Amino acid sequence: MDNFFIKTKNLTYIYGKEKNSKPALKNIDVGIKKGEFVAILGENGSGKSTFARLLNALIIPTDGEVFIKGINTKDSTKVWDIRQTVGMVFQNPDNQLVATIVEDDVAFGPENLGIKPDEIRKRVDMALKAVDMYEYRFKEPHRLSGGQKQRVAIAGIIAMKPECIVLDEPTAMLDPLGRSEVMETIVRLNKEEGITIILITHFMEEAVLADRVIVMSKGEIKMDGTPKSVFSDVEKIRSYGLDVPQVTELSYLLRQDGINIPPDILTVDEMVDGLCQLK
Amino acid sequence: MLRDITIGQYVPGESVIHRLDPRTKILLTLIFIISLFIIVKFSGYIIAAAFLFGVIYLSRIPIKYTVKGLRGILIILLITILINMFMTPGRVLWSFLFLRITYEGLTQAVFMGLRLVFLIVGTSLLTLTTPPIIMTDGIEYLLKPFRPIGVPAHELAMMMTIALRFIPTLMEETDKIMKAQMARGADFESGNVLNRARSMVPLLVPLFINAFRRADELAIAMEARCYKGGEGRTRLHELKYSPKDYIAFFMTFVMVGLFIWNRYWVW
Repeated sequence: MDNFFIKTKNLTYIYGKEKNSKPALKNIDVGIKKGEFVAILGENGSGKSTFARLLNALIIPTDGEVFIKGINTKDSTKVWDIRQTVGMVFQNPDNQLVATIVEDDVAFGPENLGIKPDEIRKRVDMALKAVDMYEYRFKEPHRLSGGQKQRVAIAGIIAMKPECIVLDEPTAMLDPLGRSEVMETIVRLNKEEGITIILITHFMEEAVLADRVIVMSKGEIKMDGTPKSVFSDVEKIRSYGLDVPQVTELSYLLRQDGINIPPDILTVDEMVDGLCQLK
Repeated sequence: MLRDITIGQYVPGESVIHRLDPRTKILLTLIFIISLFIIVKFSGYIIAAAFLFGVIYLSRIPIKYTVKGLRGILIILLITILINMFMTPGRVLWSFLFLRITYEGLTQAVFMGLRLVFLIVGTSLLTLTTPPIIMTDGIEYLLKPFRPIGVPAHELAMMMTIALRFIPTLMEETDKIMKAQMARGADFESGNVLNRARSMVPLLVPLFINAFRRADELAIAMEARCYKGGEGRTRLHELKYSPKDYIAFFMTFVMVGLFIWNRYWVW
């Protein structure tokens, strides 16, 4: 095994039993390093959620392999190790909170792992502070906003001390405020705690924050690279039913009109720089 | 708003009774209920009443909450009293046509009535001072010894927890669906019972479908968080008996002792 944290080999997944039905994923070969922040983009049905579920053994590959720290997810004796190493946050915050009190919910994962009560206490406090929800620890989840609930869900994963968190469209059901709260939390966990992040999203503005963007379409990886390299190819991105961040689109339009501006602009600041350098 | 409903009848508080271990409260409530049947004399009920009032006083719960539970059994209470009053044979005190009240009937009726009242007040004290989720914990711990004979203690508790967790969520959802249907001209209020019941169908169908979808997603999320049933699971808040629990047990046994003493040795 190379030094990849997550490695897939010839990964194929087919829903249902019939071998001739269309695969959701086809021959995916990808490696993700420890500490990387990877955004996975793709339109509905591109296989990105399927890919996420394969990463923590919620589903097992039809063909090919997934290795987490060198452990094959097909090894049924290691399922719980894998799920502890790779935590998963889902789209709907309501449907992943189990307990009636925030801190009890965060404790759910560590409780399942059989950790001692005083250690659980420490982990719960640590996790709630990491997502900035500590003062809400005695609240009932249904009294929180969507963004707050999603941060509690993330805390519930952090409390299990995973090395990687897979987030499956965690902001899809949130309002803009909740979305930015959650994104800030994710970026901080990656930069400060060194947790590997795999973010599945269809918001281009979120993908820009990642170190690496993978574009999927029809169960295959079509593009893989830094946000700059991926988004600078506006036409190719569009052909997969996706869009580019607004500023990138603006620079694309400006370039079409003959204005000499870099093609890989992702943020407003870069746009300002680019425009100011024009003579 | 629907969102603000409280589940159960828990009255928040910080009293000694509130802070007792839920197992203590459940067990002592059971002991209290059973011990009520020891009493055969009126003076015994005075001891029981004193004990009950003592607990109510300690719990700082307004008396009117504790008797609220009686409203639900008012009819049963009345029937019990009347049947006992008129049907017990003995020395006739008063009669009119076929109705007779006997001395024995009267005392029997009063005793039965008091017993029911104490029973209800005693159990409502348990639910008034214990949040449902803590009660669930208590029940899980108490049922654990019965696991080997097939009592699914952990599963029951987990089901109750999830139900409690999702009641507000589903209420909110009902509210939302109802408004969406009303916006499209649905009418939930007018018409007779049958019509109104029929108008609930378009409300219940999406509600149930959504509930099943939620259940499915929740199950996956729980598995992703390493949930594998009750085996090997630890708890953040472990239940521990404290000195006040032992005092509570002691006091209750004193009460039972008094009941027995009252039954066999006092007039």
